[in-house]
Amino acid sequence: MAKGTDRHTELGLKEEDLIEMYRFMLLARFCDERQWGLNRQGKAPFVVPVSGHEAAQVGSAWAFERGKDVFCPYYRDLALALVAGFTPKDVFLGLFGKKDDPSSGGRQMPAHWGAKDRNIITGSSPIATQCLHAAGIALSKKLKRSDAVVGTWCGEGGTSEGDWHGAMNFAGIHKLPLVLVVENNQYAISVHVSKQVAGNVHGRAAGYGMPGAVGDGNDVLEAYKLTKEAVDRARAGEGASLVELLTYRHYAHTSDDDDRTYRKKEEVEEWKAKDPIPRFEEYLRSVDMVDDAQIQQMRDEAKTTVGEAAIEAEAADFPDPSTAYDNVYAERVEVR
Amino acid sequence: MGTSTEKNIVQTIHDTLMDEMKRDDRVIVLGEDVGARGGVFRVTMGFLDEFGEERVIDTPLDECLIAGVGIGLAIDGMRPVAEMQFADFSFPGFNQIVQEAARIRYRSNGDFSVPMVIRAPYGGGVHGALYHSQSVEAFYAHVPGLKVVVPSTPYDAKGMLIQALEDPDPVIYLEHKKTYRLIKGDVPDERYTVPLGKAVIRRPGTDLTVVSYGLMHHFCVEAAERLSGDGIEVEVVDLRSIFPLDIDTVLESVGRTNKAMVVYEDNKFLGAGAEVAAQIAEHAMFELDAPIKRIAGPHVPAMPYAPTLEHWFMPSVDSLEQEMRKLADF
Repeated sequence: MAKGTDRHTELGLKEEDLIEMYRFMLLARFCDERQWGLNRQGKAPFVVPVSGHEAAQVGSAWAFERGKDVFCPYYRDLALALVAGFTPKDVFLGLFGKKDDPSSGGRQMPAHWGAKDRNIITGSSPIATQCLHAAGIALSKKLKRSDAVVGTWCGEGGTSEGDWHGAMNFAGIHKLPLVLVVENNQYAISVHVSKQVAGNVHGRAAGYGMPGAVGDGNDVLEAYKLTKEAVDRARAGEGASLVELLTYRHYAHTSDDDDRTYRKKEEVEEWKAKDPIPRFEEYLRSVDMVDDAQIQQMRDEAKTTVGEAAIEAEAADFPDPSTAYDNVYAERVEVR
Repeated sequence: MGTSTEKNIVQTIHDTLMDEMKRDDRVIVLGEDVGARGGVFRVTMGFLDEFGEERVIDTPLDECLIAGVGIGLAIDGMRPVAEMQFADFSFPGFNQIVQEAARIRYRSNGDFSVPMVIRAPYGGGVHGALYHSQSVEAFYAHVPGLKVVVPSTPYDAKGMLIQALEDPDPVIYLEHKKTYRLIKGDVPDERYTVPLGKAVIRRPGTDLTVVSYGLMHHFCVEAAERLSGDGIEVEVVDLRSIFPLDIDTVLESVGRTNKAMVVYEDNKFLGAGAEVAAQIAEHAMFELDAPIKRIAGPHVPAMPYAPTLEHWFMPSVDSLEQEMRKLADF
């Protein structure tokens, strides 16, 4: 194919960045496929799929400085969790609810990412609550004169919650070092974005005195570019930003959902044709970074890594019920 | 011996919070009107001048935000003191408090914690009607992960506030509005703590045990004093903390007096006193010479405005005296 235009150099991305980003997208995709397989086998009661969101998540997460910046993700952010430091094995430990699940030691449902040593803040199931925690952490960073930036992610449905508006409002008032990313996949379970948001998501930023950008969330370079601009702005002390990334989930909301009741097959197929992974492969080929053989090799390696991780996690121990009273409080409080 | 100063409760909380903020840079206050106005009850009067806008944060009018931002601050190592202007207004923040603050340590298996104090003026008898009079302790004490305390004296207000600030977990610190200026006492000038989860016997007695907290505690002491003249000696226990609940002190007392009354201002049904009564029944049934008596608010929204209706809602010293006498005579 014809040689493509280099779009990554001006973004400050090197070849090794792109290869790593691609690898994370593959790992996320194969983790997803494997977890669905385990769900069908009856080994994983609950799955939150990521497929379709890989570019939005890897691209936006890549704009942050790991080890310094803080991630407040939502449940769909498997690819983001990988970038922030989860291994595929960690993902499956969580999926099975095993003792060494880094997020919660088997206390929470799968996909409730959190690990202090990776600066991923523990999340819950009620939507967008993490956005206010992110605002509080961003305020703390500002008070400490730290140049760390906080990122928080949610879907477009999350932008209806008061918590999200509160975070936007507070971040706007105090010019917090915060980036709010919205992965707009057009459906909050079954409710279409047209019934969720009047106008559009990024336009809401204006009401909170901050810039709002929108872009193609299936293009990992665009997701990176828009988020990086927001992160740079936050780090420079210029305040918070909103970044809306347009994308689509390939599967149902979760393994307990049936998307055939609310999405047309044609629409799903149309979006699967815009799959972010082949799109990124096309780009990598067009700038002569990889050839077909290398792509196949990377795919094989990622698949093997994921397969082995799932097997290891499945063999790991479950938490002992004798630990179930731990960590309700710092010190156990007896109730008679 | 250190010196002490006579103060009311609101002054004590003001002074304690100011001392703690001077002592520890991590302590900051956030809430509605806590800055220029100094709080609607004057708890943070002068704080803005002393500590500046960074540590005395007038938040937008959004209790969910106050709780949620407080959680973020606490996660990142600060010691936020979040003020809910009235406990009745804390419910927009209910989700953040019970689903987030309370559960963060457990759900992260100890990886994260929320050392935050949420202060909230509560309670009735102040012409506050339906939305400035509520008792909210039962809602929050029901939730594992939260501590809920109700100091009723200036001494405890200071010692328990400092202990709440030192506690590694979220503490709901409830201040009965009617006691703010009504109750005075000697407060040591030096720094001290009072443990969260220890009840205290304020008035020893032999004929029956009365368990209460907040404003009701003071009503109970007054009623007990009246009965003393008639030779009835009522032992009055101030719970001070709803969770952790010091049931051992209660059971020990009931074991001696063999009669138990539980008094609370909240609606009787499923109020905090219901748990106290249940635990007495569960653990001390055979010590009792009479059925456990609960005196509490009626099952109507707390509490109607007109003076006649408010008076009807609140347990009074007169009604408590009467009920105590009946139980003593049982």
